[in-house]
Amino acid sequence: MTKKITLPITQDDINSLKAGDSVLLTGTILTGRDAAHKRLFELIEQGKKLPVDIKGEIIYYVGPAPAKKGYAVGPAGPTSSYRMDKYTPSLLDLGLKGMIGKGARSKEVIDSIVKNKCVYFAAIGGAAALIAKSIKSEELLCYDDLGTEAIRRYTVEDFPCIVAVDCEGNNVYESEPRKYRTL
Amino acid sequence: MEIRRINAADVTKAVKKLFMDCNYFIGNDIMSALENACECEKSPVGKSVLSQIIENDKLAAKEEIPLCQDTGMSVLFVEYGDKVVIEDGSFEQAVNEGVRQAYDEGCLRKSVVSDPVFDRINTRDNTPAIIHTKIVNSDTIKITAGGKGFGSENMSAVKMLTPSYGVEGVKKFILDTVFTAGPNPCPPIVVGVGIGGTFERAAQLAKAATFRPIDTKNSDERYARLEDELLNEINKMGFGPAGLGGTTTALGVNIETSPTHIAGMPVAVNICCHAARHASTTI
Repeated sequence: MTKKITLPITQDDINSLKAGDSVLLTGTILTGRDAAHKRLFELIEQGKKLPVDIKGEIIYYVGPAPAKKGYAVGPAGPTSSYRMDKYTPSLLDLGLKGMIGKGARSKEVIDSIVKNKCVYFAAIGGAAALIAKSIKSEELLCYDDLGTEAIRRYTVEDFPCIVAVDCEGNNVYESEPRKYRTL
Repeated sequence: MEIRRINAADVTKAVKKLFMDCNYFIGNDIMSALENACECEKSPVGKSVLSQIIENDKLAAKEEIPLCQDTGMSVLFVEYGDKVVIEDGSFEQAVNEGVRQAYDEGCLRKSVVSDPVFDRINTRDNTPAIIHTKIVNSDTIKITAGGKGFGSENMSAVKMLTPSYGVEGVKKFILDTVFTAGPNPCPPIVVGVGIGGTFERAAQLAKAATFRPIDTKNSDERYARLEDELLNEINKMGFGPAGLGGTTTALGVNIETSPTHIAGMPVAVNICCHAARHASTTI
């Protein structure tokens, strides 16, 4: 069964999500990947204010391709999440509630997801053209100089993803491959 | 053979078309393998992921938009005929101009930074391209081009094995590399393996192997068997489509080899995602 969630995500929503659930997200999400995370992390370390309020938000690890004429956004699939692992616990401690990406996370990140009662969603890597259909508009928020890596706000409608790590730390990247492993 | 003159603008035009085409249109070899995998996949989630990847690739081709947002670093394998003279420019500049035009006009993502460690400033036109050139005895230029995404590139590895490791050592290193990559390189993957040569030749062969269609086999049947055996072993790992579990972790394993030193047996494993993009042309 697919769960529909209207953003901003509530704590009750998060508590009800189980690893492996299919989810459709509707509302707004932030985007950010390697370079933007590095900048946010450095500001946090220096005790400075962030240029975007991440409290209660979900961040999508994406660096989109440019939009073709007549399109709201370009192809925008997830990038590998582990590259953000170094920065993630600090963002979750500041109130970020969720992330959308692809692939495994470190133990530190999963511990932080459990501690902060957050959620990590997986989108399908390489399904960028299809995923972009659920992104209705974008707004540049900051770090324009980073090009594709700038932080944007996406308005999404039925954005498809799967709960990869739930707030209890259950992790589909651990549990599911084991079911099919015949080595 | 007589000297043949090729205008730099024709090189640029060809390179531009190759990069746009390979980013919009997935090869028939990959599409057939995806469709076949979708039939055979045992995991319901895996089946659903595969059908979404197929839908995505068809959508991208129909609308002529990139099938993946990571349109890659531009890699070219060139067989440059020694009877060819480039007029009105240089070959390398003409190639980079083709990349520039493809990534700009074709709405492909510019993913290259100027310096790996310190500056990391986006060059904003996806140049410079990585150009592997082989001089051949002909009056043509054959170019095979591909956009290489880094989600899978980052999962690749080279190891300087020595002769006593034997074929078992080769298999172990390849399988260990794929297992360590796990769900990260956008499975189902294509595994390119380069064995032999020197340190850098093995890596180059591995990349060339990812550019070879997956419905072809190594011409030496011992390596062809090894390709089949490795594919079978990789698909027992259970990572499955998107790493969410299943029986399709790889679509193909391609091995390329080269003579090597008496003391060595270098092995390189270049992992490519399911968006294994490449296109060829001859000028």
